[in-house]
Amino acid sequence: MTSLSFPNLLEPRSPMRFVPLAILVAVLATLPFVLPNVWYFDVAIRIAANITVVIALNLLIGHCGQISLGHAGFFGLGAYGSAILTSLYAWPPMLALAATAIVVGLLAWLVAVAILRLQGHYLAMATLGLGIIVSIVLTNESAFTGGPDGMSVPDFAVFGLRIAGEKAWYWVFAGLVVAAVVFATNIVESPAGRALRALHGSEIAARVVGIDTASFKTRVFALSAVVAAVMGSLSAHYMGFITPGVAGFSKSVELVTMVVVGGLASVWGSVFGAALLTLLPDVLAHLEGWETLAFGMILVATMIFLPRGIVPSLVAFFTKKEG
Amino acid sequence: MLVVENLTKTFGGVTAVSDVSFTVEKGTTHAVIGPNGAGKTTLFNLITGVYTPTLGSIRLEGVEIGGIAPEKLARRGVSRTFQNLQVSMNLSALENVMTGAHLELNSSLVAAMVRWPGIAAKDRALRARAAELLDFVGCGRYAGADARSMPYGALKRLEIARALAADPKILFLDEPAAGLNHTETHEIEGLIAELGRRGITVVLVEHDMKLVMSVSTRIVVLDYGKKLAEGTPEEIRTNRDVIAAYLGAETEGA
Ligand SMILES: Nc1ncnc2c1ncn2[C@@H]1O[C@H](COP(=O)(O)OP(=O)(O)OP(=O)(O)O)[C@@H](O)[C@H]1O
Ligand SMILES: [Mg+2]
Repeated sequence: MTSLSFPNLLEPRSPMRFVPLAILVAVLATLPFVLPNVWYFDVAIRIAANITVVIALNLLIGHCGQISLGHAGFFGLGAYGSAILTSLYAWPPMLALAATAIVVGLLAWLVAVAILRLQGHYLAMATLGLGIIVSIVLTNESAFTGGPDGMSVPDFAVFGLRIAGEKAWYWVFAGLVVAAVVFATNIVESPAGRALRALHGSEIAARVVGIDTASFKTRVFALSAVVAAVMGSLSAHYMGFITPGVAGFSKSVELVTMVVVGGLASVWGSVFGAALLTLLPDVLAHLEGWETLAFGMILVATMIFLPRGIVPSLVAFFTKKEG
Repeated sequence: MLVVENLTKTFGGVTAVSDVSFTVEKGTTHAVIGPNGAGKTTLFNLITGVYTPTLGSIRLEGVEIGGIAPEKLARRGVSRTFQNLQVSMNLSALENVMTGAHLELNSSLVAAMVRWPGIAAKDRALRARAAELLDFVGCGRYAGADARSMPYGALKRLEIARALAADPKILFLDEPAAGLNHTETHEIEGLIAELGRRGITVVLVEHDMKLVMSVSTRIVVLDYGKKLAEGTPEEIRTNRDVIAAYLGAETEGA
């Protein structure tokens, strides 16, 4: 009896697969009524933003087997693109967001076309460099960005509807998390998703059956960069004030860590990985200086005891027991 | 169907394939044999687009295909298996076979994201066909299994099923019986003979002489990258150069 024949909650064709999604929607819909104050709303929004970015990044890392060490750079470009266009040039926020996302998508696409022809881990190197360049530019171009001191960002408005305050933004970010889960799940279960996993498993076998591996990696990389840019734009409007720190290398590493801890190639892994690692620093804050150590130990423990990531390891554990 | 002329491939100082020419007729089973390191796999890699020829030409149905990437050759009906297994261990057996029909499916990411109508139905039909192919190669009972849980012999067949899912015009099999026991080798022999009966053009690299002699229409013998001989199984069996090369290889190996 194999794990696949057991109708588990995450199996593509199982009618039970909507259960986790229903739970997510229920949790997101209930939270605003139980969260005691805006500080918790802020945490929830930061978690939601990270989940959305991490879900898309996981398509690249977990499915294509390519690592990006510069995704905070794309997030930062989205944030600053929107900030600059709306505050200095008075563009409507939605237009600024779309224009920034398109430019970031093109940039990512160009980088990938140049880099992915070469196989191996060149993309990790290139995105590492790109992320650092973005950081430096954001810090130094103070005429546009305000430099290290940061810049303020106008409120977001679409069709005359102004979105302001944690409670309003919560619904936007919650909606995006659900959309990200649904869209990513749809990709994963489609022939395109299978092709991505196949090229990760054996690049040469994938090419021989006609899978244009370079094209797939390029498209997924660009898609994940666009998602990061859009979340950057929205986060900038939500926060109202941004500094170059949003594009920092450590942010990029955090995003990759969320993917790995949650579970490679697992949509729900991304949800848990991002939620857990966004919460941890807040939870550990009272450890006063020891939080970095605790953070590191939790990561190491996960890697040792749940090497495939939290969600895939648990799924394997339960399906094995019952199957 | 396939015309190879003066094909040469050098790696630095090593000439792995040297001035090799032969023709594969449609619907035949053509074997390429030779001692270890003779250049058989390199020859396959050249024809299937993994390597670019240093010199020479490869024509498929009259069209030059030398240096065309594997993913483009797939559209022209070229498919293959690998001497060193190339199975996606992160997929199930069925999914591996389904990847073989990748080109028949809509693989747009945006269409996938919104569950574009028709994608799922076509995929279901393919799933059924993939299951039949697994059955055909004798792996029916592994349909639901993860590839990583399958034994080596089943994975060798899985590769053949995946290649067949592409509905190839010409199929290259690199040592399909390597590492298999006597019974399994016999079954693979039956499978290749069946491919021949179904009219699929097969080019085969294999060390098991009994298998080669029984399924091949023609045989090309390579030695040190050069074509040593070509002919029917009967001609090759009695060819002095071939016997000498194989005896030589055996004494070296001893
Ligand atoms: N990518 C490569 N780079 C350098 N040398 C190579 C490469 N591929 C093959 N060779 C060399 O080319 C020669 C032929 O190798 P090839 O793998 O084609 O032999 P083969 O006939 O398939 O052998 P076997 O029966 O062991 O599979 C060998 O000397 C090998 O070392
Ligand atoms: Mg070989």
